[in-house]
Amino acid sequence: MAKELLKGNVAAAEAACRAGMNFFAGYPITPSTEILEYLSHRLPELGRTFIQGENEIATINMVMGAAACGGRCLTASSGPGISLKASGYSYAAENCLPFVVINVQRWGCGLGSLLSGQSDYFRDVKGGGHGDFHHIVYAPTDIQELVDMTYNAFDIAEKYRCGVTILSEALLGQMMESVELPPFKEREVPLDWGIDGTGKVGLKLTPPPKRSGDYFARREPAYIEIEATLQQWDAVETADAEHVIVAFGLPSRVCRDAVKTLRAEGIKAGLIVPKTLCPYPFDAFKALPEGVKSFLSVETNHIGMMVEDVALASRKAKQFAPVYCMNYGPGIPRTTEVCAYVKNIIAGTVKERF
Amino acid sequence: MAEYIAPKSLLDPSKKQTFCPGCGHGIVVRLLHELIWELGYEDNNCFILGVGCSCHLCSMACGDYYMAPHGRASAAATGAKRIRPDMLTISYQGDGDAAVIGFSETMNAAYRNENITLVMINNTNFGMTGGQMSWTTMPGEVTATSINGRDCDKTGYPVHLPEMMANSFSHIAYAARGSVHDVKHINETKKYLKNALEAQIHQEGYSMVEVLCQCPTNWHMSPVKAQERIKNELIPEYPLGEFKKRGEAK
Repeated sequence: MAKELLKGNVAAAEAACRAGMNFFAGYPITPSTEILEYLSHRLPELGRTFIQGENEIATINMVMGAAACGGRCLTASSGPGISLKASGYSYAAENCLPFVVINVQRWGCGLGSLLSGQSDYFRDVKGGGHGDFHHIVYAPTDIQELVDMTYNAFDIAEKYRCGVTILSEALLGQMMESVELPPFKEREVPLDWGIDGTGKVGLKLTPPPKRSGDYFARREPAYIEIEATLQQWDAVETADAEHVIVAFGLPSRVCRDAVKTLRAEGIKAGLIVPKTLCPYPFDAFKALPEGVKSFLSVETNHIGMMVEDVALASRKAKQFAPVYCMNYGPGIPRTTEVCAYVKNIIAGTVKERF
Repeated sequence: MAEYIAPKSLLDPSKKQTFCPGCGHGIVVRLLHELIWELGYEDNNCFILGVGCSCHLCSMACGDYYMAPHGRASAAATGAKRIRPDMLTISYQGDGDAAVIGFSETMNAAYRNENITLVMINNTNFGMTGGQMSWTTMPGEVTATSINGRDCDKTGYPVHLPEMMANSFSHIAYAARGSVHDVKHINETKKYLKNALEAQIHQEGYSMVEVLCQCPTNWHMSPVKAQERIKNELIPEYPLGEFKKRGEAK
């Protein structure tokens, strides 16, 4: 198929339609609104359901009601809106309801700002709501990946009966790239559960095997399989790397250039790009060579969040080099800034985090 | 007089009634079971339950049920009904759930004229948490959070949901208030509930029935006294009747 030039948000919305998504409920919030706007006409055109709800709490509950009845459901929002949805995430987890949510991250606390950022990492990757659960979280680095991950997310959500978050970013949602859209598909195997009014099928929640009433006990086998099979990452020049940069989403694209530049200057830099943040790609670190001298997490937030997972993953892989964090704040760092940071690590002028 | 035949779902020993003795909920649940069978929807219905005493219905649903988070049942019912438009979808909530924490979701479902039915049990308090003040609590009523009697100047006056909806949203299909404190009113309430469900079946739009229910446990009185309280105190504040009749929608 021919490639098309599409805005990230629109491309993701169309990819969801092609994945068979038949129910969307959402509420406007920059920089995710194009998803809502596009689906407001696209879904009725396909004979499917679109609802502009009164708020984010209502829309996540509409999604849950629809998912409980077998709908293939999507919602989308940005930072503050996702915080409102997060209570629903927990209830959806309790009932093992599959759905997909796109968070087009804006940067900052409270109302935040419209700048691009990655400051929702902790909330979205570590669960989001109360109780023991997490979503499967994908982090696209370009619009083609945004399309492909969104397209596959519904199958994954239904396979494991859990929420899937596409952790997009303001710039990724707003920029345009050429993408190839996948063909229309339907759910391949009908669900063997779902409310149909008869009272005979219902949600078919598996009873917890060990501890009574415990969501995690019920979900433990799925969580183990998720961690074992769903980890995705790109490894760039890591075979002999001494200085390993780790970055997800848009900043990872800058880091690819940084690795090239550093290599040209004789510095053995490498890059791990996590494509799934939950499960975190621990296996990527196990494949690293001995003798790594530093790890650097490049993130566009202020407090440094993924750096904790980088530290954990490196220690898990028996790598004990210091772990640094370039917590850039909003926006996207320049290649030269990332290169300078690595050189400062080598020169010993920056302090490690772990 | 025809012999009363209880619907099969009420005779099912696996369905346990877990409301307090003398509670009005059980009467409303019975009426709904009867109507669901009378209307032929025993294999095609779903209760969307609020959090509070209303979620006890999960052990005595007729078809399917889904437990929504506190206050969000009308939003969940919206999603369920849109995916299964032929399924009789009843949002079964208490006054705390529908008219306090879920005020927004409840009013917005009516505002959108969703083709669902809200049954709101009004027992003037938060029953499950032990009898705290609700927006429906009567002026001067003593509750666990209004121990000197509700001061409406500081906490607001009793909220009248069917009147609000009927007056504000001219397009909705049906809004009524019934009571289950005596046989006459139980029969009257059943008619209201039937109208509401038929409005949904005929895709006339949003329908709702508020039902005044006795709560002997949290009112700290006998079931008989609780029935008398509805008659003497509640009905003057919460008039019974149809505030929006079928066919009146604009």
